[in-house]
Amino acid sequence: MELLLTVNGEERRVPGPATAADLLARLELDPRTVVLELNRRIVRRPALAETALNDGDAVELVHFVGGG
Amino acid sequence: MTDTIDAVETVLDPPLHLGGHPFRSRLFVGTGKYRGNAQMLAAIEASGAECVTVAVRRVNLDRTKEEGVLYHLDPARYFLLANTAGCYSAEEAIRYARLGREAGFNDFVKLEVIGDRETLLPDVDGLLVAARTLVQEGFQVLAYTNDDLVTALKLEAAGCAAVMPLASPIGSGLGLLNPYSIRTIKRRLSVPVIVDAGVGTASDACLVMEQGVDGILMNTALAEADDPVAMAAAMRQATAAGRLAYLAGRMPRREIAVPSSPARGMLG
Repeated sequence: MELLLTVNGEERRVPGPATAADLLARLELDPRTVVLELNRRIVRRPALAETALNDGDAVELVHFVGGG
Repeated sequence: MTDTIDAVETVLDPPLHLGGHPFRSRLFVGTGKYRGNAQMLAAIEASGAECVTVAVRRVNLDRTKEEGVLYHLDPARYFLLANTAGCYSAEEAIRYARLGREAGFNDFVKLEVIGDRETLLPDVDGLLVAARTLVQEGFQVLAYTNDDLVTALKLEAAGCAAVMPLASPIGSGLGLLNPYSIRTIKRRLSVPVIVDAGVGTASDACLVMEQGVDGILMNTALAEADDPVAMAAAMRQATAAGRLAYLAGRMPRREIAVPSSPARGMLG
């Protein structure tokens, strides 16, 4: 089964079933420096591995950048 | 020379406490708009700042290895203050603040709710709504605001850890436009007052600190200087000089001259 997600505003297909931690691993992102928001709710780091993604989910991946 | 300045700062001026956290340097700097990461790091080092601001943005998924600012800044060395820059509503700023807290290492947020794209002046209504919500959620809110006393009083009443009136618009380099307003805000508030935005060069920072405020925050004045590292060193000294001049208590202004040498003992 394939999941169609919206990740940072763009559609992206990932093999399912998948957890939030799976998505980060697939995108080669370090969970220590990235925050994942799933359907506008923050998924805290300890919960990433047990949070299942569903078809149609909207995911935002953010981190710190330079700013004033 | 740096050590001398350090020593003078430490002996004559106790640390600034913000939300229970002590800061020896009263200069806070941003991390945006530098020409490169090495330059940014060197400028921050030269500034002596202990607290640096960062922004929360989407990871760029097109790059194979995205480099966030945490790849360069050691969070064990610098206190990272997440901002809500670029947010135009209370709701948006609250969302960014929560993301910043999760990404970061503390409960502090530099709260910005912008109301106008040309001047980047704050939306005071949205700012107060966001401040009240975030304080309830346990944030230490440092609120970027106008140089308006009544708004500053409302932000203090909302429970903000610090109020941060502007010297002039963000990135304008126009310097301190209204010393009277800044002095009045400082005189009337109990929480720390940190002037945020608008300084262009060292004399601006010195003048800001001479008003008696608790600290100053800047980004563009360093990042857009021809030599950001030299400007950071200048800003460090200017901030310390202005602070010490304020603590020293300046002489009165007079409309007439008063001689410095004795009037008596002149030759007959």
